[in-house]
Amino acid sequence: MTTSVPVTELGPADLSPPKSFLEVRDLRVQFATDDGIVKSVDGVSFGLERGKTLGIVGESGSGKSVTSLAILGLHRTRSNAKVSGEIWLDGEELIKADNERVRRLRGRKMSMIFQDPLSAMHPYFTIGQQIVEAYRIHHGGSKKAAKQKAIDMLARVGIPQPSRRVDDYPHQFSGGMRQRAMIAMSLINNPELLIADEPTTALDVTVQAQILDLIRDLQEEFGSAVIMITHDLGVVAELADDILVMYGGKAIERGPAEAVFRTPEHPYTWGLLGSMPRLDREVRDRLNPIKGTPPSLINLPSGCSFHPRCPYAGRNGDRSFTERPELTGTTHAVACHMPPELRREIFIQEVSPNL
Amino acid sequence: MSTPLLEVTGLQKHFPITAGLLRRQVAAVRAVDGIDLTVNKGETLGLVGESGCGKSTAGRLITRILEPTGGTVTFDGQDITHIKRGPLRDLRRDVQMIFQDPYSSLNPRHTVGTIVSAPLQIQKIPTPQGLKKAVQELLELVGLNPEHYNRYPHEFSGGQRQRIGIARALALKPKMIVADEPVSALDVSIQAQVVNLLDDLQRELDLTYLFIAHDLSVVRHISDRVAVMYLGKVVEVAPRDDLYAHPRHPYTVALMSAVPVPDPSRRDKAQRERVLLTGDVPSPIDPPSGCRFRTRCWKAQDVCASEQPPLTVLADGHQVACHFPVSDEEQHAAGSGRSAAAAQARDKIATVVADPE
Repeated sequence: MTTSVPVTELGPADLSPPKSFLEVRDLRVQFATDDGIVKSVDGVSFGLERGKTLGIVGESGSGKSVTSLAILGLHRTRSNAKVSGEIWLDGEELIKADNERVRRLRGRKMSMIFQDPLSAMHPYFTIGQQIVEAYRIHHGGSKKAAKQKAIDMLARVGIPQPSRRVDDYPHQFSGGMRQRAMIAMSLINNPELLIADEPTTALDVTVQAQILDLIRDLQEEFGSAVIMITHDLGVVAELADDILVMYGGKAIERGPAEAVFRTPEHPYTWGLLGSMPRLDREVRDRLNPIKGTPPSLINLPSGCSFHPRCPYAGRNGDRSFTERPELTGTTHAVACHMPPELRREIFIQEVSPNL
Repeated sequence: MSTPLLEVTGLQKHFPITAGLLRRQVAAVRAVDGIDLTVNKGETLGLVGESGCGKSTAGRLITRILEPTGGTVTFDGQDITHIKRGPLRDLRRDVQMIFQDPYSSLNPRHTVGTIVSAPLQIQKIPTPQGLKKAVQELLELVGLNPEHYNRYPHEFSGGQRQRIGIARALALKPKMIVADEPVSALDVSIQAQVVNLLDDLQRELDLTYLFIAHDLSVVRHISDRVAVMYLGKVVEVAPRDDLYAHPRHPYTVALMSAVPVPDPSRRDKAQRERVLLTGDVPSPIDPPSGCRFRTRCWKAQDVCASEQPPLTVLADGHQVACHFPVSDEEQHAAGSGRSAAAAQARDKIATVVADPE
C-alpha cells in the first residue's frame, strides 16, 4: 500500500499519528520478581516499513526477545509483565487493544519464527496439523483445502516430498527442516510483519545460509516487514536494512546497517565488533573484548548503564555516572554522552585500526 | 615445534543400536569412522565440523572418556587406545578437557574451591603451601578473584564459570588440553575474553590444544592448523592460513562460504559467491558409499560413489580426502570457481523446489 519510506525517527514524546507500518514508542516491559523489578525493556522506540528488515542486536539479557514478545502481545496473559508505551501496527495501537483483537492479528498480520523449533512445535501433532490449524483459525475453510495449502507452503520453503512429510511429527524432521517447517507455519497466513527471534542460532552454518537465503527470498516475494533478532553480527549484516543495538534493556544505537557497521558510534558497538574474529580480515594477534560482564537488569548501573565496561567513561566529567544518555540523532542515532567529534576522533584513531 | 605429542590413526567409534529382548545389535552409529590426526607439541589444532560430524566424540576418544572401537591413539609415545584404569589416571595428569556447557559441567553443590581442588586431591598431588593456596593461585591465573574460593557455581556468570572449568583443567599442569566448544555457549563480548585467556595460558604454560568448535572464525583465530570433519571422517587438514585462503575439499569451500560476513556492503558479493549445499547431512548409521560428501557435492562423479577417497597429501601440503580437489584456478578465475559452484548449487535447489516429489 505505502511506498518504501526510510525508517522514521521518533522521540519518546512524539504524539503525531504514526507514519510507518510498525511504530514502537517508548516501550517498557517490567517483571516484578522477589528480588526486585526487572526492567527488561526500558524505553525503546523504533519504526519499520513494509518490505524492510530491522536487525535487533544484543547479548543475552539485553531485552531483544522481550521486545519482540511484547509486539506480538505474548506478555498479555499468564504473565506478570507490566507493559507500557505504544505499539502501532498499520495504524492500530496494540498495547491498549483488547486480547481478542490482538489474538486475531497474531499469526495473521504478525507472526513469529522462534529460536528452537523443537520446543516451539507441539510434539503430539503432525507438522501438517499444526500448519492447518494456524491457517484455519484465521481463514476457516475445509481441512482438505488447508492441508493442500500447507503442502504448498512446505514445498515453498524447500521441504522435499512435502505431501508425504506433511504427516510427519516434528521429531522426525532434522533441525534445519524443522526450522523450515516453522517458517512455513509462520508464513501460511501471509503476515505483513514477521519477527524472527534467533532463527538460525541452533543451526549449523551451511543450514543457516540456506535459512537466511529462504527468509530473504520469501520477504521479496511477500513484501513483509521483518524484525531479525540475533546476537550474531554476521547474520544481521546479511539481512538487515536497519540495525538497532540493545544493551541493558535500552536501545543504544540505531541506524542504517551500512552506517552502523562502517562508522559505529557507540563504544559498546565498537566493543562488539572488536571482540568478534572475522573471516574477512587478517588474523589479529588478540581480540579486543569488552571488559566485565553484562549488567543485572534489577540493579542497572547509574547513569549510562554501559559505564562500568566503557573504556571512555569519565571523559565528560561524571555525566556517564549520573545521567542517563538519550538516544539522539536523525538517521543514525546513538545514546552516548561523548560529543560526536570526540567519538569520531576516538573511532578513527583508536578503534577502527583494530577492527 | 613439530614433534608429535598426540597421534591418532584410523580411530573409530561405533555406538551400537540394539533391538529386541536380547538387545541384539542391529546397527551402529558410526560417529567417528577412521580418522587420522597429529597434534604437535605446543600447537593448537582446530577441529571443525557441523553438529553430528563426530568432532566431540573424537575429543572424548582422545581424552579416553570413551573407549575407541578401532584404531590407535598414541600420546607422548605411549599407546593409550585401550589403557587400563590405573595408567588412565596417570594419563589424566597430562590430558585434560574443557567442556562446552559451563552450567552442566560444574557440580552445583560444590564450592569453587572443591571443584578446582578435586583433581589435586584425586591425584594426591602434594601442595606445599596448602590446597587453598594452590587453588587460589589457579583462580588468579584464569582471572578470577581468589577470594571467591568459597562461592558456588550459581553465583557466577557464564564466562566466569567457563574460567572455573579452565582452572580445573589446569590444576594438574597438563601437557595437552582438549577444549570441546569452550566458547560457543558464551556471549560475543565474553567469548573474546575467554579466547584471549586460552591464548595467554598457552603461551605461559606451553600448552598444546585440540580446539573443537563449529565456529570457523573463532577456530581461525586460535589455531595453528585446522582439521575439517564431515560425517565421521576428516576431509581436510592444513595450516590455518592455507586452509582459509585455499580450501581444497568441496565441503570446506562450502563451509567457508556459508559463514556470514559482518559487512553489509559486501552482502551481495558474498551471496553471489556462496555455495549453498542442498539437503541435510546423511545419517551416520548408513553413510553414503564411497565419499561421504558426494550426495551434496557439486563435483561428484561416478568414482565418488564407488571409491572412498583417502586422506592424501597434495603438493601444497594440504591433506585432502577428495577425488577432485578444488584448484586455485577454480577459486580465483573470474566467474568460475565458487561462483560457478554457487550457480550449480542454486540450479540444483531450483530443481528440488520445482519438482518436490
